[in-house]
Amino acid sequence: GSITTADGSALVKLGNTTVICGVKAELAAPAVDSANKGYIVPNVELPSLCAERFRSGPPGEEAQAASQFIADVIENSQMIVKEDLCIANGKLAWVLYCDIICLDYDGNLLDASVFALLAALKNVELPLVTINEETGLSEVNLKQKNPLIIRKHPAATSFAIFDDTLLIVDPTAEEEDLATGTVTIVTDEEGRLCSVHKPGGSPLTGAKLQDCITRAITRHKEVKKLIDKVIKSITPK
Amino acid sequence: PGDTSVLAGLYGPAEAKLSKELPDRAALEVLLRPKVGLPGVLERSREQLLRQTCEAVVLGVLHPRTAISLVLQVLSDAGSLLSCCLNAACMALLDAGLPLAALFCGVTCALQPDGTILLDPTARQEQEARAILTFAIASSDRKVLMATTKGSCSVEEMQQCLAAAQRAASTVFQFYRDSVRRRYSKS
Repeated sequence: GSITTADGSALVKLGNTTVICGVKAELAAPAVDSANKGYIVPNVELPSLCAERFRSGPPGEEAQAASQFIADVIENSQMIVKEDLCIANGKLAWVLYCDIICLDYDGNLLDASVFALLAALKNVELPLVTINEETGLSEVNLKQKNPLIIRKHPAATSFAIFDDTLLIVDPTAEEEDLATGTVTIVTDEEGRLCSVHKPGGSPLTGAKLQDCITRAITRHKEVKKLIDKVIKSITPK
Repeated sequence: PGDTSVLAGLYGPAEAKLSKELPDRAALEVLLRPKVGLPGVLERSREQLLRQTCEAVVLGVLHPRTAISLVLQVLSDAGSLLSCCLNAACMALLDAGLPLAALFCGVTCALQPDGTILLDPTARQEQEARAILTFAIASSDRKVLMATTKGSCSVEEMQQCLAAAQRAASTVFQFYRDSVRRRYSKS
């Protein structure tokens, strides 16, 4: 991956928008009410270097909304099932901290973040962890690494709306600022909708929305081919 | 609907802080306070959804360099919270007499595992559902102002839910009309 110290990472460039995602895996005890589930914690950061409108300080509304969106996509698409992250029921589970950092903001943050997250998770290799029966402690075997089980591959497509007449796919920052609304559609490989995110903005007819969805499904196929090609090229042997 | 209740308070158009004011339109701000705990990332993303929905209907250009603040306090949550917030927000905008391009209402649809569509689900039904879709429908032409989904569904199912939501929207707008009529009638 792109970050050598992380367990999995990916750098995605969509036009000028650059997003890097690093995944770090740690061990923790699972929650009491869901003893067989691990955790995935996404965090999207928009540091002040990526665009002049972001100041340093606590995360702004855009970063928090993006973090919530990524968490929803992971949950809705079931790309990583939390039960797969459990090592020992009620005792030990993996926590995947996914840090998504934008390095250059030129619009369409959500699409780039979803791609970066997917590619980074495909890059992750978790060491085998066993619990020693006598001592009750965990033993980490760094020599034996297994890739994560990724069940679904969601891809996001964003559109900028201009007064219900014009739709632009993959908007730049300038197009986003001038747009009267945005729609982001996340589909998985079966053509199912994982998420329709239309945060306000000018109204859209059902037919227009359907149009966006069909384009999103087409784009998904192209993106999946690209990601598979890249992952194959970096896998050793 | 049912036991979910949200209290909405609208303040404005009032003087805006220099850092927040926009030169050509009103600056809208939404604060969502959960029933327990401090507002977190989920509240922030909901605030963003509500804010952009309201910005689409409020004629902000009539009040430049002002601030309109909408504060929503969750009193009880028994399912369909986001649509309850949307409805509360719209009624607050109506009550304040702000110039609006259209009214909007929030409708939640739950897709059950067997494929039936349930409108305005309770918390129990939401948990059992395969997918939950929330739409904000505009009164002028029943177009979609805001859409957000939780869980995955097929495209046809989404269209069916959207059609059901548009039909249900008429009932909610009738309720708005009746409430406003009651408020302003001589009594």
